[in-house]
Amino acid sequence: MNTLRQLIAGLILSSLGTVVHADYKLNMPVGVTELSRETYDLHMLVIYICAGIGLIVFGAMFYSIYAFRQSKHPFPNNFHENAKLEILWSIIPFIILIIMVYPATELTIKHYDTKDADMTIKVTGYQWRWRYDYVDEGFGFMSSLTAESNAARQMDSGINPQRVQNYLQDVDYPLVIPVDTKVRFLMTSADVLHAWWVPDFGWKRDAIPGFITDAWAKVDKIGIYRGACAELCGRDHGFMPVVVDVRSKEDYESWLAEKKAVLEEENAKSDRTWSKNELMVKGEDVYLTSCAGCHQPNGEGIKGSFPSIKGSDIATGDLDEHIELVLEGQGMMSGFAESLSPVELAAAITYQRNAFDNDTGDIVQPTTIKDWLDDLGY
Amino acid sequence: MAFVTNPLDNHDHGHDHGPAKGWTRWIITTNHKDIGTLYLFFALAMLFVGGSFALTIRSELFQPGLQFVDPEFFNSMTTMHALIMVFGAVMPAFVGFANWMIPMMIGAPDMALPRMNNMSFWVLVFAGILLLSTLFMEGGAPAAGWTLYPPLSIQAAHNIPFVVFSVHLLGVSSIMGSINIIVTILNMRAPGMTLMKMPLFVWTWLITAFLLIFALPVFAAAVTMLLTDAHFGTSFFNAAGGGDPVLYQHLFWFFGHPEVYIIVLPAFGLVSTIVPTFSRKPLFGYTSMVYATGSIAFLSMIVWAHHQFTVGMPLIAELYFIYATCLIAVPTAVKIFNWIATMWQGSITLETPMLFSLGFIFAFTIGGFTGLMLAMAPADFQYHDSYFVVAHFHYTLVVGGTFPVFAAAYYWLPKWTGYMYDEKLAKMHFWLSFMGFNLTFMPQHFLGLAGMPRRIPDYAIQFADFNMMSSIGAFILGFSQLIFVYTIIKCIRGGEPASDEVWEGAQNMGLEWHLPSPPPYHTFETPPDPQLIDRVTTVEVTME
Repeated sequence: MNTLRQLIAGLILSSLGTVVHADYKLNMPVGVTELSRETYDLHMLVIYICAGIGLIVFGAMFYSIYAFRQSKHPFPNNFHENAKLEILWSIIPFIILIIMVYPATELTIKHYDTKDADMTIKVTGYQWRWRYDYVDEGFGFMSSLTAESNAARQMDSGINPQRVQNYLQDVDYPLVIPVDTKVRFLMTSADVLHAWWVPDFGWKRDAIPGFITDAWAKVDKIGIYRGACAELCGRDHGFMPVVVDVRSKEDYESWLAEKKAVLEEENAKSDRTWSKNELMVKGEDVYLTSCAGCHQPNGEGIKGSFPSIKGSDIATGDLDEHIELVLEGQGMMSGFAESLSPVELAAAITYQRNAFDNDTGDIVQPTTIKDWLDDLGY
Repeated sequence: MAFVTNPLDNHDHGHDHGPAKGWTRWIITTNHKDIGTLYLFFALAMLFVGGSFALTIRSELFQPGLQFVDPEFFNSMTTMHALIMVFGAVMPAFVGFANWMIPMMIGAPDMALPRMNNMSFWVLVFAGILLLSTLFMEGGAPAAGWTLYPPLSIQAAHNIPFVVFSVHLLGVSSIMGSINIIVTILNMRAPGMTLMKMPLFVWTWLITAFLLIFALPVFAAAVTMLLTDAHFGTSFFNAAGGGDPVLYQHLFWFFGHPEVYIIVLPAFGLVSTIVPTFSRKPLFGYTSMVYATGSIAFLSMIVWAHHQFTVGMPLIAELYFIYATCLIAVPTAVKIFNWIATMWQGSITLETPMLFSLGFIFAFTIGGFTGLMLAMAPADFQYHDSYFVVAHFHYTLVVGGTFPVFAAAYYWLPKWTGYMYDEKLAKMHFWLSFMGFNLTFMPQHFLGLAGMPRRIPDYAIQFADFNMMSSIGAFILGFSQLIFVYTIIKCIRGGEPASDEVWEGAQNMGLEWHLPSPPPYHTFETPPDPQLIDRVTTVEVTME
């Protein structure tokens, strides 16, 4: 029914050529930073200039079609050159271009001015999640598509995306930053190219493996701002949203304290011994958010692209090889040593070795992983 | 009519000059008309292959959620759609017209290098097959976008060799074709056909052929580096080994930007040929058109990094590429003004070739405006890699790569076949294509501005309605091309016989209209009368 309604709405809209739906956005958002507002202004300036030129050009074109049609104007006038006219209409566009390029130059310089930032966030792109590191605070975390959206977006999931709140635009742990603070963003990537984009901030910047690019934002309105990865990064490129939660300075401070306490607690957990059951429950969660994108929720992978974990030589063979592969990565899979915690790693490996009828009975403790990480120099 | 000479006079050789008998004619032919036909039919076939990929994409995007294809296959579809359309459909179509028309426009008996002509076509066919074969391989076709950016493209190491070798073959084919066109134009013009008398289509192809020879080897080198990175342990584009992924982007776009003009310059040439005929007036500003084409070609080679404004280039490079890019607007604007001045005070009729040309001018101008917007680097930080870009390059490349081709096909079909095409069906083809096109791509501007990234198989709910509109438009656009095929077949099989002139007053517009319709297998075996050349190329046309 819903599909039918949408189809009819689409047809009506397309026949009217006008848009009346409340959810639509027709134009670039004005946004919540100085940069985004000035970018919007430049965008509108160019649009108005183009609309003006368009009016003249299309006006002349349609007037010719109408007034000089054969039935009305049977004898063509054979002029074919006019040096003055041709020079004039080469110079006028040139002047118009200078009018546009001047503000564009100023704004580009402003976009590039990342000096004197109050804080720095390092953004790392992964296939297909983001990692945010609070460089000044010495901690960081991963940010992935929420399980709800992830379930709904699977082929034949039977879940109507319309019913999922913020479908494909929500993450488990958003980036939290304070309002009215100049934040410098440093972008890089752990695997392929990504691009970090929040339209309300007025820019996107590529995340390039082995290199660091930078940009800045000073948000002046508290709120939640959503964006996405904008550079094709493989299979799940469409499923790694960006969510930034901008809070008041006080709220940000209390969030920071809370977050640090939670991390402390996580750290403590990694020192105790976990039961197999605990590991399997936690492992399934980690597997579904971090592994299933390629190896599939049923562990069977995709033939020719992503190997199966079910019955694989690695997951049912030597335990050390399995751990090393997950930590260090291999081929197109980047290592997880830095992107997952010891508890998560232990749980995921335990899960892979016992789920999908692998039934090896092996249990990996977080402390074992910690030793591995020390040995490998992480 | 005193100047009209029968090109068949003096045709007194004793031996047979007709085509070879049987189907092998089409394999061994060295005749420019046959090879032109082969190129055009190949392009038409690829238009449907590439189009079916596009409709797969638009079916998946009809609604939010994943309904039909896996995301990896979706990425293969976007990649293959672009590669097949650019290298399989649009470029061969223009080469087809070049083969058919350049010898007839400059009064030459054939292309200068007929055997190489045959080879460049068949190399193209095998390159196309090699590329399409990846669809049936384990692991699938390339899925990193037609730009093949590393490191993503070399993650799928299994299909890289096939893609790289097909790019090499396509390059070999195009370079052979370009050399042939350059040699033909520079050496085979009939006496009296000076450079500044050549029809604009010939001029644009001459310049395009040079662009191809400059740009394609760079692309071939870049993909070869991809191949060695993927399979021989080099690190050209791998930072961990001292390379740089952005280097590939510079190399790719050093080819990729001229490539868009390789597509669009011959289109300019076709439109500059057709608009005067149906305005019954000589082309306005012939000389400035030639110089504008040359400047566009030169500028197209020094603006490449405007495709990479978001990679974090140094500020000074960013500013340079804004300024250089804006400069292209000047000669492009000159062209559009000249077409309108050609129509001004003309005596216009709206046959299908004219309709498609006007459709081109209209939509290409819009694509030019959005191009200007994209040239503003700080605004591009918002537009880049969003659906706004998708809308922009379809407004330039779809109308640039197909509308002038349709226009030219209808324009010369009566000459080639000897029969008029069905004007009613052709007009229906135009109107459905034009509306379908705008319905498909106009909403994509809004999607991009509202924040929808390109190359995604699924999207957030607020993008749903515009995507549905766009998909409906795509199906109208796609299926209306069946009318084109039907009209061509109908025209080849028969119809109202076409006169030699075909279009009223066309004999003032070019040499080809002085040949019989259809033309004999070999034309201009003796050069046309220089006085005739003067008459069809001199701008002082008098209508009775």
